[in-house]
Amino acid sequence: MKATVLVRPKHGILDPQGEAVESSLRQLGFAVDGARIGRVVDLDVEADDAASARAEVERMCEQLLANPLIESYEIELAETGA
Amino acid sequence: MSSPQPRIGVVTFPGSQDDRDALWALAALDAEPVPVWHADDDLPDLDAVVLPGGFSYGDYLRCGAIARFSPAMAAVAEFAAGGGLVLGICNGFQILCEAGLLPGVLRPNESLSFICRDVRIRVERSDTPFTTRCEPDEELVIPVKHGEGSWFVPDHDLAELEARGAVVLRYAEPCNGSVADVAGVVNPAGNVMGLMPHPEHAVDPLLGSSDGALILASLVDAARDRALAAA
Repeated sequence: MKATVLVRPKHGILDPQGEAVESSLRQLGFAVDGARIGRVVDLDVEADDAASARAEVERMCEQLLANPLIESYEIELAETGA
Repeated sequence: MSSPQPRIGVVTFPGSQDDRDALWALAALDAEPVPVWHADDDLPDLDAVVLPGGFSYGDYLRCGAIARFSPAMAAVAEFAAGGGLVLGICNGFQILCEAGLLPGVLRPNESLSFICRDVRIRVERSDTPFTTRCEPDEELVIPVKHGEGSWFVPDHDLAELEARGAVVLRYAEPCNGSVADVAGVVNPAGNVMGLMPHPEHAVDPLLGSSDGALILASLVDAARDRALAAA
């Protein structure tokens, strides 16, 4: 089963990378008001069903993929094959 | 010998850079430096452990996040839980934070620039095993060299940490955007400390400052006391 984890800087956490990108976009003439930069982790998870896959990926997020002090995460699941 | 040399381990991870400087500095300060390999499940018989600077495991994902799971780190966590002295320098500090042995997390510098220069640091506590050779409020000059040295904790945690005296070292000049200018913190038991500046690069006056020796020699003193107590 394919899972995608989106890791984002939490609201209110200073994101200097996002600020640098925002200012560059403005210099290019885009009307941007805020840019935040996170991380995408694509996973192939061995699991019997979506519920157990999600539970497994949540454990991965808690233990390694995100640091709960500064990052939030979202999990998206997609069936492989079809 | 009346004053035995304490055995202080320095853990080398893949990507460690300052392990040899740390070993050299500890030897110069009359300790017996003991190289430790990251893949070792057990620590040799040691009186203290230093986690050196560098980019362990490429600092992939987040700095220190992967090193935290190395076999040697499990042994270091056990050593710390038993009251053993552990000092994390730069990447070592990042690893200790990721491992939950110290509070907070190190984030990219506010400027996004890699900072490599001498900085002034104020000693907030001279009663830890890592700062006994310093005077309270003493200013030290020690180099920093990091891209991710901006220490962060949420506001409510900071108040609690300040109240319990967790902050041992503070930048005395603007540096990397750390919350409350924190440069080094200690755990509640007082046996684990991390700092971003590099004391091992400031042990010989030839290199511009020997203030780093005050920190490392404090550690050597404390480790020697423990070695004598155990003997």
